[in-house]
Amino acid sequence: MAYGETGRVASVRIVIVWGTGLLETDGSMSDALSVQDGQPTARRPKRWHILVFLLPAFLVYSAVMILPLIETLRLSLYNTVDGQPAFVGLANFQTLFGEERWAHDFWNALKNNVIFFIIHMCVQNPIGVALAAMLSIPKLRFVTFYRTAIFLPTLLSFVIVGFIWKLILSPIWGVSPWILDLVGLKSLFAPWLGKPGSALIAVSLISVWQYVGIPMMLIYAALLNIPDEVIEAAECDGVTGWSQFWKIKLPLILPAIGIISILTFVGNFNAFDLVYTVQGALAGPDGSTDILGTLLYRTFFGFQLQLGDRSMGATIATVMFLIILAGVSLYLFVIQRRMRRYQF
Amino acid sequence: MTRTTIKGLLLASSILGTAGLAHAEDVTLTIESWRNDDLAIWQEKLIPAFEAKNPGIKVKFAPMAPTEYNAALNAKLDAGSAGDLVTCRPFDVSLELYNKKHLADLTALPGMENFSPVAKSAWTTDDGKSTFCVPMASVIHGFIYNKDAFDQLGIQIPTTEAEFFAALDKIKADGNYIPMAMGTKDLWEAATMGYQNIGPNYWKGEEGRAALIKGEQKLTDEPWVEPYRVLAKWKDYLGDGFEAQTYPDSQNLFTLGRAAIYPAGSWEIGLFNTQAQFKMGAFPPPVKNAGDTCYISDHNDIGIGLNAKSAHAEQAKTFLSWVASPEFADIYANALPGFFSLNSTPVKMTDPLAQEFVSWREKCKPTIRSTYQILARGTPSLENETWVESANVINGTDTPEVAAEKLQKGLDSWYKPAK
Repeated sequence: MAYGETGRVASVRIVIVWGTGLLETDGSMSDALSVQDGQPTARRPKRWHILVFLLPAFLVYSAVMILPLIETLRLSLYNTVDGQPAFVGLANFQTLFGEERWAHDFWNALKNNVIFFIIHMCVQNPIGVALAAMLSIPKLRFVTFYRTAIFLPTLLSFVIVGFIWKLILSPIWGVSPWILDLVGLKSLFAPWLGKPGSALIAVSLISVWQYVGIPMMLIYAALLNIPDEVIEAAECDGVTGWSQFWKIKLPLILPAIGIISILTFVGNFNAFDLVYTVQGALAGPDGSTDILGTLLYRTFFGFQLQLGDRSMGATIATVMFLIILAGVSLYLFVIQRRMRRYQF
Repeated sequence: MTRTTIKGLLLASSILGTAGLAHAEDVTLTIESWRNDDLAIWQEKLIPAFEAKNPGIKVKFAPMAPTEYNAALNAKLDAGSAGDLVTCRPFDVSLELYNKKHLADLTALPGMENFSPVAKSAWTTDDGKSTFCVPMASVIHGFIYNKDAFDQLGIQIPTTEAEFFAALDKIKADGNYIPMAMGTKDLWEAATMGYQNIGPNYWKGEEGRAALIKGEQKLTDEPWVEPYRVLAKWKDYLGDGFEAQTYPDSQNLFTLGRAAIYPAGSWEIGLFNTQAQFKMGAFPPPVKNAGDTCYISDHNDIGIGLNAKSAHAEQAKTFLSWVASPEFADIYANALPGFFSLNSTPVKMTDPLAQEFVSWREKCKPTIRSTYQILARGTPSLENETWVESANVINGTDTPEVAAEKLQKGLDSWYKPAK
């Protein structure tokens, strides 16, 4: 199990680091350019110490991140033929997309993953923005308490979160049917985690509950960064209340929202843990909560009597990598470049 | 806990090792196992009983954590450092070890004749020619019921399908008990406690299972669809929100006395005996019509084999023959109620519930779970698919016919029966 986690993390998580890494370089690039503008022709002595200091991190990072990623990509082009590993080109991808069962499982997982992502974008991030906006109201008392309380679930292990919510939503011992009963709405309760129609939504909302603290914190920080002069100027011009939020604050925090969106995208398409703890590796009922992460896990490591298939697992991991790569590139090269930034 | 156990074992083994030097004629056999729950039973009951009869052979039981077992055992066998005796998982995992020549052929072992072909099937090659592990224990499926509830409502033990549903109707009408404690959330409950529990009566146990493997029957044939039709009717008798009810939920509902019937595996006996405050009884899966032959799922769970590289193969075989004897069966089955000996000689057990379960072997024909041998090794694994579809049938997501069709289609995609 522990081995399994590392393998998956190494093969897929790399993208997050890669993505944010690019984001950071993108931010610092303008600084570097402006420095060079000042003295374009001056020759500097070679600064070897930079290389020396970078080397340990580079080595460790290569060993645990880059090499496994390359190995995963390579493995997706190989399969066992007559008991021997052999290069098969794109045959694994052909199986994944061409064979009815594989294709069904894959598109089902991708569809669920997209729904999972949409729910996060439509629920988690707006709530995060709203919470941050409320926290930044100067008159609000107990800000620290609210901030901590809302951020706390993010710090909890997904195992605990999964277990707590399974209990809360349990039709037998759960708190939720009991509370609904107290207000006379018991008829509204359903075994949400067990119904194919509602299980994915329920799991997504659990995930939203857990991670809503992250967009809240980032937006909160962005809101605090808005200089008072800007707000005062707006007030002098008669822009207050809601229109102040929409016309002044929101445009200023848009870059932060962009970063949150891309983090959510990467996180959601790498997701696995919560579905695994709440719904099990088969991601029931009837595969309705199966996302790419759980499909990869079952394929690569096997489950119960199903033996693991490394080549097909690597193929799915590669497709996940490409999906995330496409999403991150789209953001970096299309959306982020058009985003307006304001300097104060 | 495990770590201290292992440390203790290491310490013990080093002391025993030096003791062994003193008595050069003593041979120490080491057993590899994942059953660390059974350490006390081996040390206090089984090993002393063996050593008393076989002076000169010492036995050491060296278990590890169940999740580490398969991987660690493989590594040890490859490195040549594994113990003389190896506890065998059923079916493909052990078959692979035998194919890699890590396990010795035990077909001719004295004592092997004490086991039926079904008992040996989990550790026999596909062609049925060689057996490589001595079967130790199996688990039996059936229904455990709340005797107090049955007495109170005046319900007789149902023997046919019609009586079974009549009993469920009566419990439901009374309203004090949930008729049946089972959920579909964990999927496997629906397949293992549901489909594999009642199914053998419809596909006629081994007969149907063999026909399925040979390709003479399909999962879309009546004997395989009918249990799904029966299963679909269970829906109305399960507790509220059974779709989100997990396995521990079901166990608790029953042991707290809130449910009357529990579709069970015999491994529950130990736990239920300590938790339930009421009288319990058990009945085998009801047959379709009165007088039909009954079939039960008597599924092989654990066996023991000989490391092909063992330096003490002769002594190890003496031990394995003892494991195959009725004496071992008697001690083992009584120490672990619910894990039944696979020996053909009936074992006298003291636990009444375990006795009830094992008594079915005399009147019913045993079989193993239909999806375990051969049919689970491809992609998609029939066992895993059966979990999903059994839950779908009970939830009403799929009709029995659609479920059967899906299963057969998945099987057809990789399995070609040998002609």
